[in-house]
Amino acid sequence: MKAVVTVIGKDQKGIIAKVSNILYAHEVNILDISQTVMQDMFTMIMLVNFENNAVPFKDVTDALDKCGEEMGLSIHVQREEIFTSMHRI
Amino acid sequence: MINPFEIVETIRMIDDENLDIRTITMGISLKSCAGGDIDVVCDKVYKKITTLAKDLVKVGEDIEEQFGIPIINKRISVTPVATLVDALDEPSEEKAVMIAKTLDRAAKTVGVNFIGGYSALVHKDYTNGERILINSIPDALASTDLVCSSVNVGSTRAGINMDAVKQMGEIVKKAADKTADTQGFACAKLVVFCNAVEDNPFMAGAFLGEGEGECVINVGVSGPGVVKCALEMAKGKDFGYVAETIKKTAFKITRMGQLVAREASKRLGVPFGIVDLSLAPTPAIGDSVAYILEEMGLEKCGAHGTTAALALLNDAVKKGGVMASGYVGGLSGAFIPVSEDAGMISAAKEGALTIEKLEAMTCVCSVGLDMIVIPGDTPASTISAIIADEAAIGMVNSKTTAVRVIPAPGKKEGDVVEFGGLLGTGPVMPVKRYSSEEFINRGGRIPAPLQSLKN
Repeated sequence: MKAVVTVIGKDQKGIIAKVSNILYAHEVNILDISQTVMQDMFTMIMLVNFENNAVPFKDVTDALDKCGEEMGLSIHVQREEIFTSMHRI
Repeated sequence: MINPFEIVETIRMIDDENLDIRTITMGISLKSCAGGDIDVVCDKVYKKITTLAKDLVKVGEDIEEQFGIPIINKRISVTPVATLVDALDEPSEEKAVMIAKTLDRAAKTVGVNFIGGYSALVHKDYTNGERILINSIPDALASTDLVCSSVNVGSTRAGINMDAVKQMGEIVKKAADKTADTQGFACAKLVVFCNAVEDNPFMAGAFLGEGEGECVINVGVSGPGVVKCALEMAKGKDFGYVAETIKKTAFKITRMGQLVAREASKRLGVPFGIVDLSLAPTPAIGDSVAYILEEMGLEKCGAHGTTAALALLNDAVKKGGVMASGYVGGLSGAFIPVSEDAGMISAAKEGALTIEKLEAMTCVCSVGLDMIVIPGDTPASTISAIIADEAAIGMVNSKTTAVRVIPAPGKKEGDVVEFGGLLGTGPVMPVKRYSSEEFINRGGRIPAPLQSLKN
């Protein structure tokens, strides 16, 4: 199952390190990664794959929510289809 | 990979602009539960609902979590209960209320927040069961928490059953009086329709119609906030541009609904019915249909021009949404429930928005006079006359119209009634003080209108 991880907030050290560590610990593979500054906000977008769906989706969202809270960032994990269905015909 | 700007746009719609799926509604046919013995019927109804809908709330929550899109309500609609009452041995109001209580219990067991279908379709005439069910509505609504009721009193093909219109005015009054301690809350769960649709997922008017199957998933989308924000970027542009902007936004909103409907249908193993393309406001700031109309350039919702603005909005939402979903149905249009819309509440409090203007607005948008609090001493015949006016608009224009008014006991013009939650805050709006009693007392039927020579 593919999902998109979006990290929005103030740029700071260790964002990629922390987020990718959590993903690694939950057996989530990173397929693509891009980062940009949008309206003065650091925005990192990762396309990830839940390998064999080994770990429940909720565990990953909970771990990333906690990380987001600690770093003052907004982190979303959403299945890829929500974006493809909204923006592609 | 999808463009980052598109990803951020979606997230902004959900986080900042109140984009949500308003409801996943499971339609359950109760035809197989009909029988003579009330205890057996109640037992069958309870078992059927709690079996088919046992995973509904869980599946809704899973989809919410995985797609990151809020799904505000999970609900159930059932076959009009009058059908069951008709089949009972020695049917009575008490027995009908027993079915209502069974529905309430089943809804609580599966964890949904409303169950609709305590209904009767009497647009031409009553059966015995329908007459009994309608008489039992005040008791049924006062003695349950989650049951919603609707009665269809007219249609373009049948005309308007004025006996039912007269009776519904009295039923609305009784329902209000029976729940005087909650300011007539039962009336918020009671809708009187003309041209009721069979696949509506929205409450209080949802029921599973005669032409529907055993079980179905219907989804209602929302998103007035998203449309309002999109229009902020269109300041000063002409109406062609405004309509295009609304269409594009409606398309995106509806795609969400389609995705959720398909996913819920797959996970529950229940066929997907329709997506209802309605703009349903909530009392949350920024989630208002009135604010969209004001964004188009009206100082206050209710000003001259409001009907034209709403006509454009309603049409553009449908045009944008139709291509985004395989099957569109339900009510599909902009809702204007006064107490549930921050902009309408404010306009009604200031006197900018009156019942007369709302009535005009219902000619060009979805549904009708919705969630309007009127003085508690309004006579039943005046409520019937309000229903008759709305039904006439629906009948002549071949569209659904409805009335959900709350004659709040003891309240008068200028008072404000708090319902809380999604039902919001209702300023008591004045009604005409001239009597319609003689008109309503005539009874009989208003014949179906001519469908040609249209002017």
